[in-house]
Amino acid sequence: MSATGFGRVTLGSVAVRVGIVLLCLLWFIPTLGLLVSSFRDEADVKSSGWWTVFTDPFNVSQWTFDSYSQVLESGMANAFVNSLVVSIPATVLPIMIAAFAAYAFTFMRFPGRNVLFMLIVGLLVVPLQVAFVPLLSLFSDYDLNGTFLAVWLAHTAFGMPLAVYILRNYMAGVPREIIESAEIDGASHFQTFWRLIVPMSVPALAAFAIFQFLWVWNDLLVALIFLGAGDNEVVTITLRDLIGDRGQEWHLLTAGAFITMTVPLLVFFSLQRYFVRGLTAGSVKG
Amino acid sequence: MSDDPFLKIVNGLVAIVLGVGGTVALYWVLNFLVGLLPGKWDKRIKPYVFIGPAILVVAVFLVYPALMTVIYSFADDNSINWVGVQNYVDLFQDDEFIGTLVNNLLWILIVPAGSVIVGLLVAVLADRLKAVPERIAKSVIFMPMAISFVGASTIWGFVYATRFAQGDEQIGLLSAISTSLGFEPVAWLRISDYNLNDLLLIVIMIWLQAGFAMVLLSSAIKGVPDDTVEAARIDGASEIQIFFKVVVPQIWPTVIVVFVTILILVLKVFDIVYVMTGGRSGTSVLANTFFVELFEFGDAGRAAAVVVVLMIAVIPVMIYQMRQFKKQEAR
Repeated sequence: MSATGFGRVTLGSVAVRVGIVLLCLLWFIPTLGLLVSSFRDEADVKSSGWWTVFTDPFNVSQWTFDSYSQVLESGMANAFVNSLVVSIPATVLPIMIAAFAAYAFTFMRFPGRNVLFMLIVGLLVVPLQVAFVPLLSLFSDYDLNGTFLAVWLAHTAFGMPLAVYILRNYMAGVPREIIESAEIDGASHFQTFWRLIVPMSVPALAAFAIFQFLWVWNDLLVALIFLGAGDNEVVTITLRDLIGDRGQEWHLLTAGAFITMTVPLLVFFSLQRYFVRGLTAGSVKG
Repeated sequence: MSDDPFLKIVNGLVAIVLGVGGTVALYWVLNFLVGLLPGKWDKRIKPYVFIGPAILVVAVFLVYPALMTVIYSFADDNSINWVGVQNYVDLFQDDEFIGTLVNNLLWILIVPAGSVIVGLLVAVLADRLKAVPERIAKSVIFMPMAISFVGASTIWGFVYATRFAQGDEQIGLLSAISTSLGFEPVAWLRISDYNLNDLLLIVIMIWLQAGFAMVLLSSAIKGVPDDTVEAARIDGASEIQIFFKVVVPQIWPTVIVVFVTILILVLKVFDIVYVMTGGRSGTSVLANTFFVELFEFGDAGRAAAVVVVLMIAVIPVMIYQMRQFKKQEAR
């Protein structure tokens, strides 16, 4: 539907603008408060509302990076590295495995195909909590709890149903003739997969990669259970501990929260198009 | 810090190289070995080489633990002795747990509907703007999607912050507004009357999810053919009538998809409650109770029973999902 197609009569364009501006303000103001406070002096943050800066925003002396350096030194820098170390392998591993599976589900015929795929569809909605207690004891048998390997494995498994589902749906849109002509040319499945389907599926692979990366980076629950606090803790845990231990130190909390948000926001603003596509593909189709 | 960050990065890089390289090598070797088999067997076994690792991962880390959780839910706190259905009896005789179930119900009644309504409103309003303002407005509403639940909890914790000492200025937005209107300062998240504290937590989830609803609904609205709208307009329908009788029926399947997706997410909501209140003042939800039972009370049996209740709540959605999928495949 075109922008002018509908609605020039009853809802005046002024009302539309007022409505959307109000909604946007409502959505943006909480984040703005966080951002502004993270750059204010500790005494200022604790003695006056962040909105008071707008009476004199160009008074440079009120802005400071102190809270950031304080938070980074008290463990956030270490956690930031940990988050990257957790998130990148936990994104790459499931993609590889899921791509092979999605190929088989799409282009190969074998007994049990439908049942196994239904299992994947069913697992899409299963809450992760069902796996935690037994996995904790399984991991402790191998001394894995608290290690990066434990979270990599957990995230690989937890992301698998969605990965297979997204990739299989995307591959189902590839014209069958392409596969058939490759087969006639004598290409094996392995070659067809590697040389044809993987390059053609890059948009879906990218969409899932962004989705999974943000999910892992932003995750608190899996990290709490399998990694916990300590040397290997990730940013979400560090922030949670800040909230728990120093809940009134808003200058630290706001700076800490903003540090945890930098990477997702960067990914979000630079790859918004793919991210949107990922959400569209990831939402379970009706 | 005893661990060298450099060592960790190397560790991560090794994981990527070994993981990816190892996986490719595994597939290659298996594929090669199966290729040695006579023609018919090659064809029969190869599909299982392709799906094998994915199914194995899912079986070991999801299906097996899920079954074990059901079994643990009939055992005691250390999963050693059988206790029959005692864990379930205890849960359902506990008023706090019933309150938790009511809270979960409140979340699933309000969040999906609220997110769809806000998302629809923004999608419709933004659709009438010029391209650049439309993009900006949508980005603003969508941005919280990138923010973690813990980050969002910090953002909103600051909005809800209250100071009680005489002469202290309010630094939280909500308290600043309420005290300027003449009310006494209150600790917002401790007010359980009319589930106010639950509602304040629910607001955070809607704030996070409305963008997702908007993106899908907006693209659905743009897909509504112009001529159906024009035809209704020529027939003299008002804009409101057009919206509810022409546009909404055509985007209804998308509304359902958005609704179900958010519903699934809300059923297992954890982080917001855990970080903001820890489930105190009657705000707990199933996933939080699970965590508390397991790590604060060390009762694996009761924790497992809580998860089984959660799993049972998900089953209708799962059946719906599978049916939809079958329908879609049949098309």
